[in-house]
Parts: sequence; C-alpha cells; structure tokens
Amino acid sequence: MVNIGVLALQGAVREHVTSIEACGANAVLVKRAEDLNGIDGLILPGGESTTMRRLIDLYGMMEPLRVFANEGHPMFGTCAGLILLAKSLVNYDQSHLGVMDVTVERNSFGRQVDSFEANLTIHGVAEDFPAVFIRAPHITEVGFNTEVLCEHNGRIVMAQQGQFLGCSFHPELTDDHRITAYFVNLVENHMKQKVKT
Amino acid sequence: MNQHLTGTDRVKRGMAEMQKGGVIMDVINAEQARIAEAAGAVAVMALERVPSDIRAAGGVARMADPLITEEVMNAVTIPVMAKARIGHISEARMLEAMGVDYIDESEVLTPADEEYHLIKSQFTVPFVCGNKDLGEAARRIGEGASMLRTKGEPGTGNIVEAVRHLRKLNAQVRKVIHMNDDELMTEAKILGAPYHVLLEIKRLGRLPVVNFAAGGVATPADAALMMELGADGVFVGSGIFKSDNPAKFARAIVEATTHYQDYKLLVEISKDLGMPMKGIEISRLEAKDRMQDRVL
Repeated sequence: MVNIGVLALQGAVREHVTSIEACGANAVLVKRAEDLNGIDGLILPGGESTTMRRLIDLYGMMEPLRVFANEGHPMFGTCAGLILLAKSLVNYDQSHLGVMDVTVERNSFGRQVDSFEANLTIHGVAEDFPAVFIRAPHITEVGFNTEVLCEHNGRIVMAQQGQFLGCSFHPELTDDHRITAYFVNLVENHMKQKVKT
Repeated sequence: MNQHLTGTDRVKRGMAEMQKGGVIMDVINAEQARIAEAAGAVAVMALERVPSDIRAAGGVARMADPLITEEVMNAVTIPVMAKARIGHISEARMLEAMGVDYIDESEVLTPADEEYHLIKSQFTVPFVCGNKDLGEAARRIGEGASMLRTKGEPGTGNIVEAVRHLRKLNAQVRKVIHMNDDELMTEAKILGAPYHVLLEIKRLGRLPVVNFAAGGVATPADAALMMELGADGVFVGSGIFKSDNPAKFARAIVEATTHYQDYKLLVEISKDLGMPMKGIEISRLEAKDRMQDRVL
C-alpha cells in the first residue's frame, strides 16, 4: 500500500484523506518538513494559497518540498494546491513551489457568487466528472511537456506534466474518487519504477 | 457551453470547507485587511466597528458603509465576508450585489427582525450564522446557512460562552448520530430542529456544514482551545485589532490554529505578545447586552 501525504496546514484536508483511503492507499498528514519522510506522493489541497504559503515559509518547508518534487515524487494540487505548484502566476512576480510547468491565474472565474459546478470530461481519467469550482484559478499556459487533460469553456482546468497533476476544481468535495484513484495509480507506478532502478 | 450551475449547496458549503483550519479576522479598513492577509488569515470580515466598539457605542448597529466593504475587497485577494442584520433582506441583497464572498447574518448587529431569519437558500451568495446549540444550528441549516459559528459573547474577550456553545452542540450532535431512527422525530420536536437536518447529521456522522469558533477569542491559547474542542476554524473579532500589537497577535493566532496541539510551539508564540484586548466578565453583562440571546 502506498503512503500519500496531504499538506495539512489549512484547507480541505479531511476530504482528501477520505478520498485517498477510499482508493485503498494510506493517508498521512503533512504539517512539518519531517512528515515528508516516508511518503510516496503528496496532495496539496484546496484552501487559501496565501495562508498555506505563509505557513510553508514559517516552518521551513519550502526547500524540503522542492527537494521532494525534484526526487521525482508525484504531486497533485487542487485549486490552491495548483497555485502552489505552478511555475508562474499571472500578476505576480514570484511563484510558490514553482515546480510544474504551467502559468496559473488566481480567482480567474470571479468571486464566490460566480463559483459553480459542471460535469466535465477529463481525458484518460473520467467521463462526466462532477467538478466543483470555488473562486477557482485556471491555467493560462502550459509548457511543452505538459498535457492538457480538461478544458471548460475554453479555459484549461486540469493538466499533467509527468509526475505533476493539477486541477482548478475540487474533486475532494465529491464522492467521486476517480481522479484520486488516477493519482494513486501514478504514485504506485512511480514506486514500481523506483524499485526497478 | 457546458452546463454551469452557480449557488448550489456544494459550491456554497464547499467555500467554507476551504476555510477549515484557518482564521477569519474582523477588519474595518484596507490597512487592517492587508495586515490580516499578510499574517495568514484565510478571509477577512469587513465591518464598520469591531464588536467591542459596537458594545461601547450602543445604539443601532447596521451593515457597514458599502465604501468600507469595497475598500477591503479591493485591498486583498483572500475572500471578504460582511455582516448583515438578522432578517434584513435588503442589506443581504446589497452585499450580494456588491459581490462579497460570504454574508454573516449576525447577532452582533442589531436585529432587523426579532422573529424571522433570512431564507438563505434563496441567495447565490453563501451565509454563515451563529448558534448556541443544535436546535439553532439545525434551524439555520434548514434556512440555508452554508457555514456555522458559535455565538459566544462577542466583544467581551471572554471565551467562556463560545466553549459552552461548542460543547453543547457537539454533545447534541453525538447524541443524534447514535440515536435510532424511531427516536429522531421526537428529538427534532424537543430541539425545535428540522427533522431532515437531523437525518442528514445522522447519515453523515457529523454536521453537514463546518462550524467555526467565534465570540470571545482573545489569545492564541483561546484559538487552540476551540480547535481542541472540535471547531473547524476560528473567527477573531475584536481580539486582534484591539490588542497592543495586531500584526504579531494575528500571526500567533494563525499559528495556534494550525498547530493547536503543539504545546511547546504555543508557548513560544504566546511570549511577549503584549496586552490582549481588555475582557469583560460575562456575569457583569446585563441581559439586554447579551448579543447571543438575540433571535434564536
């Protein structure tokens, strides 16, 4: 069974834990850098990216998280988590972790009254997936090696670059675990590769 | 264009789920909003006066001047909440039209209606409401509240009422979860709670919406205590900007909420914070000054 961490500084942590466990993997809360030891993949949940960033800095987690990414571990960011992963952010000089080759715009669908849900097709992952968007960001540009998995009304809302998976919406707010299962599978494949090499 | 639904329960309740483990801070202008955001607040509550000043000023407390709310909305990228008077349909609709992210139908303001709360399910914008027990909590959910908070006793800097409210609610929720189906209707009658909300609580094994602590949080230790007792997050009203060093206080309360069981850390962040807000002993409040007893 693979161990999947959930960055547990703030946000929809409980929902991701439930989803990971429903997919037959072990969920581990990551509140400190040392909690990264022994986990095989990491989910960065929805929440407030500015709050999470402040706490990442405060507890010296920025470097360990980048090392974790550079070691090839799969990482999956939902909403705020996508913002944390992105290489660049529209209207900001600096990114956060900056490991995934996408450009992301924050709150790009508007304020909370514009938040919405829609059923989406996610290429190679799920048909008719109930996607919940809350003050959501979207991906304005993807790098050469990044595959667009889903668009909604002309905007990129989910993408994958090898080990990195990111989406604008909140799969954790539904009982549909297909996207989490896809990520768990990524982690399992990563572990198999690791054993071989 | 694909189907695209706004204002659903999932979207409204989900917004509050994203705030879990965070601190929502009362602010009265752009400068305070920026301090709150920099300290790591997950949202700010824009208002004209913090509760302790509302208490001191007396008279009728109303929705803030829209200029103040707009100033705050323009100053930060985190969500902005604002308060409307209980039952004041027009104030709530105005806040919705302005695009605030969450409305607090709040007993801190002078109620506009002493009998009826808003039917919040009719709005696209989500609402948070106060509660002292499961009867109140379930009625607010029944009306369409997407988030709850304890009432506590706002503006007192005294945590005792928030503790009472959270403990009572959680005990009642535990009881409902373990009840047999044939006992639930009578429990609904006793509590004055909508039956379907109790059914949902029993099915989920918890409240269907998040419940934050509010009303009397004055120190990092108070925030940690409320998290320890099962709050999903914390509202701080007067506690931050009525303290000696608001920025430091704000940062410390954010840390205490995230790491509420790291007691050594709590010790470190509680050092040399300066004076917290001056508190009020609840028993010295006259009945008419108890905000928690407004419209149940």
